[in-house]
Amino acid sequence: MNVMQPIERIRGGVHENERHESGHKHVTGTAEYIDDIPEPAGTLHAYLGLSQRAHAQILSIDFEPVLSAPGVLGILTADDITGENDVSPAHKHDDPVFATDKVEFHGQPIFAVIAETRDEARRAAARVRIDYQDLPHVTDVLEAAAANYPLVIDPLKLERGDIAAGFAKAKNILEGEMRIGGQDHFYLEGHISFAIPGEDDEILLYSSTQHPSETQHMVGQVLGVASNAVTINVRRMGGAFGGKETQANLFAAVAALAARKYRRAVKIRPDRDDDMTATGKRHDFHVGYKVGFDDDGRIEAVDATFSARCGFSADLSGPVTDRALFHADNCYFYPHVRLRSRPLKTNTVSNTAFRGFGGPQGMVGGERMIEEVAYALGKDPLEIRKLNFYGGGGRNLTPYHQTVEDNIIGRIIDELETSCDYAARREAVLAFNRKSQIIKRGIALTPVKFGISFTKTEYNQAGALVHVYADGSIHLNHGGTEMGQGLYTKVAQVVADEFQVDLDRIKVTATTTGKVPNTSATAASSGSDLNGMAAANAAQQIKARLVTFAAERWGVSEKDVAFEPNTIRIGAERMAFSDFIKIAYGSRIQLSAAGYYKTPKIHWNRSEGRGRPFFYYAYGASCSEVSIDTLTGEYQVDRTDVLHDVGKSLNPALDIGQVEGAFVQGMGWLTTEELWWDAKGRLRTHAPSTYKIPLASDRPRIFNVKLAEWSVNREETIRRSKAVGEPPFMLPISVLEAISMAAASVAEYRIAPRLDAPATPERVLLAIERMRRAARNG
Amino acid sequence: MTVQIRSSIRFLLNHRLVELSAVSAVQTLLDFLRLDRNLRGTKEGCAEGDCGACTVLVGRLLEGRLKYESVNACIRFVGSLDGCHVVTVDSLAQPGGPLHPVQQAMVETHASQCGFCTPGFVMSLYGLWMENPKPSVAEIEKALQGNLCRCTGYAAIIRAAEAVSVIGDLDRDPLIAERATIIQKLESLKDGKRVEIGEGSERFLLPASVDDLAEIYVAEPKARIVAGSTDVGLWVTKFMRDIAPVVHLSHLDELRRIVVDETGITFGAGVSYTESFPLISKHFPQLTELWNRIGGQQVRNMGTIGGNIANGSPIGDTPPALIALGASVVLRLGKKRRTVLLEDFFIEYGKQDRQPGEFVEAVKIPFLPENALYAVYKITKRLDEDISAVCGAFRLTVDGAGTVTDAVIAYGGMAGTPKRASHAESALTGTAWTEASTEAAMEALAQDYTPLTDWRASADYRLLVAKNLLRRFYLETKGDEPVRLDRKQAV
Repeated sequence: MNVMQPIERIRGGVHENERHESGHKHVTGTAEYIDDIPEPAGTLHAYLGLSQRAHAQILSIDFEPVLSAPGVLGILTADDITGENDVSPAHKHDDPVFATDKVEFHGQPIFAVIAETRDEARRAAARVRIDYQDLPHVTDVLEAAAANYPLVIDPLKLERGDIAAGFAKAKNILEGEMRIGGQDHFYLEGHISFAIPGEDDEILLYSSTQHPSETQHMVGQVLGVASNAVTINVRRMGGAFGGKETQANLFAAVAALAARKYRRAVKIRPDRDDDMTATGKRHDFHVGYKVGFDDDGRIEAVDATFSARCGFSADLSGPVTDRALFHADNCYFYPHVRLRSRPLKTNTVSNTAFRGFGGPQGMVGGERMIEEVAYALGKDPLEIRKLNFYGGGGRNLTPYHQTVEDNIIGRIIDELETSCDYAARREAVLAFNRKSQIIKRGIALTPVKFGISFTKTEYNQAGALVHVYADGSIHLNHGGTEMGQGLYTKVAQVVADEFQVDLDRIKVTATTTGKVPNTSATAASSGSDLNGMAAANAAQQIKARLVTFAAERWGVSEKDVAFEPNTIRIGAERMAFSDFIKIAYGSRIQLSAAGYYKTPKIHWNRSEGRGRPFFYYAYGASCSEVSIDTLTGEYQVDRTDVLHDVGKSLNPALDIGQVEGAFVQGMGWLTTEELWWDAKGRLRTHAPSTYKIPLASDRPRIFNVKLAEWSVNREETIRRSKAVGEPPFMLPISVLEAISMAAASVAEYRIAPRLDAPATPERVLLAIERMRRAARNG
Repeated sequence: MTVQIRSSIRFLLNHRLVELSAVSAVQTLLDFLRLDRNLRGTKEGCAEGDCGACTVLVGRLLEGRLKYESVNACIRFVGSLDGCHVVTVDSLAQPGGPLHPVQQAMVETHASQCGFCTPGFVMSLYGLWMENPKPSVAEIEKALQGNLCRCTGYAAIIRAAEAVSVIGDLDRDPLIAERATIIQKLESLKDGKRVEIGEGSERFLLPASVDDLAEIYVAEPKARIVAGSTDVGLWVTKFMRDIAPVVHLSHLDELRRIVVDETGITFGAGVSYTESFPLISKHFPQLTELWNRIGGQQVRNMGTIGGNIANGSPIGDTPPALIALGASVVLRLGKKRRTVLLEDFFIEYGKQDRQPGEFVEAVKIPFLPENALYAVYKITKRLDEDISAVCGAFRLTVDGAGTVTDAVIAYGGMAGTPKRASHAESALTGTAWTEASTEAAMEALAQDYTPLTDWRASADYRLLVAKNLLRRFYLETKGDEPVRLDRKQAV
């Protein structure tokens, strides 16, 4: 045995600012996305033919011009589907791969063309002649309600206390409504699937999916083969944000169908415009609310209905609208409360998961009520917020009957309020507005509390596969997918920490259903919580075997065997990790393990609206100051300060990146990103030329982002960290409210501006005009 | 004079000379790189020049000087690259070798997350670094207006851009160190010949000279003239239209000439927004912001003032501003030239005063008369890289007595063409320049325009903002209180 000098610590363990494992490949263009994979000879290309009507019967289809186009091998329609013509993730059988006799939104896939090149397939698809008989269509959520459109899934009701009594007691009652727009994901890499047929019924698919197991099952369902015939690979996605949780399934199914039919590799990749037209987005909401409160601004009762534009099918609209209700309280205790969802069908693309998953819309609705109370009483909204925070005797129960046990919002708000100098800056803003006629300013400090766990309890499990090879190198595979968030990096850091080896000894390989089965979507911010724990578990199994082996072999007690930086300490002696592994292999020790994890403590009874759906909460707050131009409605975010809770961070650099990125993405949702349908039910903002996500020049002019370094998850999560993907998305509610305050200045802050989202310059100017009129009319 | 014809195009692609004789008029540079050359570092994000994932650098010679500019490969036609040097992300670092300073900076500052937009950012920052090794944050943001990132929120990318010069030495960069050799290679590709390639829907031409262009266009008046392809590129990538025969003009140095005399500036129709910027901002500082907000950097590098006018869009960025300045266009048909006031060039939606075979050869912008008041305001949903909902341009002459002697007001986004507001102008002309006359002119705008509602703005907002911009103009000429957002540089 060699005697080695101990080193202090490994490179790239947990809590380190480790670089993204693919960073050097991103910058050189060598990180391989699916469209970059060299195609086998004979690869064919599929392209979707989309409905040109929002709602219509298909009377007849003439495919002759398509079939006679150059390069075309044939088409696929519902008739070619050997299994079921359905990819509904809710198992509602309402999500056909190809529409048959009826189309229910403009952009719905009806067929696919298979051609030698993508360009040929795309051009051919445009040549189809379809006779439609138009049916009345509805794109707007309130119009859908008025037209008695059905709900796509059972609604949820959360109720606690006695709202009748609550409102009876309340000295003040306000009613209002708010519209909150949807959002396109605008992942930079659009949807893509690449299918390679194998022997018998086997099919190998490269799919840009956040949910490989579901894609596997859906492809099996559409092909009519068992899941064991389908393998899904995904090394990385060029962004996803929820847009690839269910929406990849259709593309995968089409590629697989074509690959089976033609016995050749088939790739499908829609053009950006078609991707935006044919795939689901964040749900638009209408919130109708009634809030009762006392003269100090303490809320007595809340009654609110959250109606969502779900599109033509259920997709994930059930859990999305549920999560809206789960977050309508944000950080506030509602003594008496009733929250109801209305997931309405519309003749639009079926809306889907998007970072926050309905939570942001719920929270925006909740914060609107706070704003209403504040303006009604002539107070600083922050004062109303603090007054209503969870905490204190009998004030910790959520509308879904989960007790808030880990509340740190008070400390976060206090620290941020001090560090950003909120009080003085608010005074300065008020003073500025008294003098400035055209340019007005606003400032707002808003909190976030976001529940972590899938509300679908069965998704809260994960698997991982760890191999230690005889040379001491480590292969790590887990069920989570990498979409840029740094999941592979964080989980590798966990494994490095477990084995106490440098990070570069670990290679994370592409997520594949062949290595780790029955995985959950990489969603709900749960990626590192679940997969980190599963990978740690796998490593621990291997370590346990190694410890037992070392103790026996060298005749020491198991507690005298330790994994120290890049070495094994056995008794008083140390051995290099790779040397030790070589001996272990030679002694026939199993060096591979499948790890597993399931989140403890959680349970949820939807029909009763009661349970503990969340393992824990992540918290944060931000303060934003804006300037607006009251002649045009244009604005600028002058400064934003963020303090965000990620527990004990696995990787502060990556977490800061998540917080900054989520903030700007959320700011885009609430400001410039507008989905606009025309009278024919066509989405007209379906490309970056018309749909405006934030640019570098839109980010706050001063942007201070800090993690709450003192925070430690009180639950036993992986290394006491907290999830980070979604919670910071809601921080920019402060931007919306700051704009709102600036607008309110034209009426001396006496009228709640009721600024809807997205607060485009147009909505801001029209809100200003509305308030000026209201102020004039007394 | 007989023009000699070459039936191939030649350009440098990274380190190699490429000669193509079988290339279609609608072949985009992006598909050529990815599909023909298997250079897959450059990504397709939108195929319309708005996201920048496909950004590459194109080095073009102008009178012996070589400048590398970021362009969108997705809407750049390969046919336009004759005599250019195309630099892609694939060439910046050798396998196993050190990263390029821009790449190193991006890695060190955690500036990539999903990584799909990253090659485009790398190339935009590389282009910036070569021109401006120590850029301000505002300059970085300007260089990145055409690059979308959905993951990072940009903060880390800005930090990377600031770190490049700390990490790297520009003088040792290959495109700087080997510039003389590259220039020599590119010069050797210039043979003064006309290029003609392909048949039917594949056909395109590169005229040997402007005279040759005039001759070609008279002979083939249905040909499609393409300058920057920032609009025509989308006809191909989005609408799958046949545009052949295509006549490119971005290679014609003659059309990139700029002449300044005592009356004004004449820009050749091939002068890009980027090339025109120094003189525009010097002589018309009121246009600086507008120019900085046209497209993104890649679009400004490709797009031309001539093209912005010739395509006749009602929401083109420059026409309202230029109409208010009294600009005119030089139209050329064969050997004949005529000059038309820009406002008269736009007849109605989709129709301009241009004969078959006639093309825009130059744009003349007269200097402002002394004491003229002039301003241009562009209103968009997003500050940068967005198309106007409304663009208002105002030029007023007020005499010593405070009376308006001349008023020119033009708007884009308010009608089927960029159009003057004659009622508002009349309401002002001959009156005192006061709040009351401004308000009268604001009311008159309702007679001038019946704007449409679309995804950029509602009719109500357009009319309201059009009025308010006139008020802004008035307040700006009168008061000292700021009436525009102070576009602060980020820190």
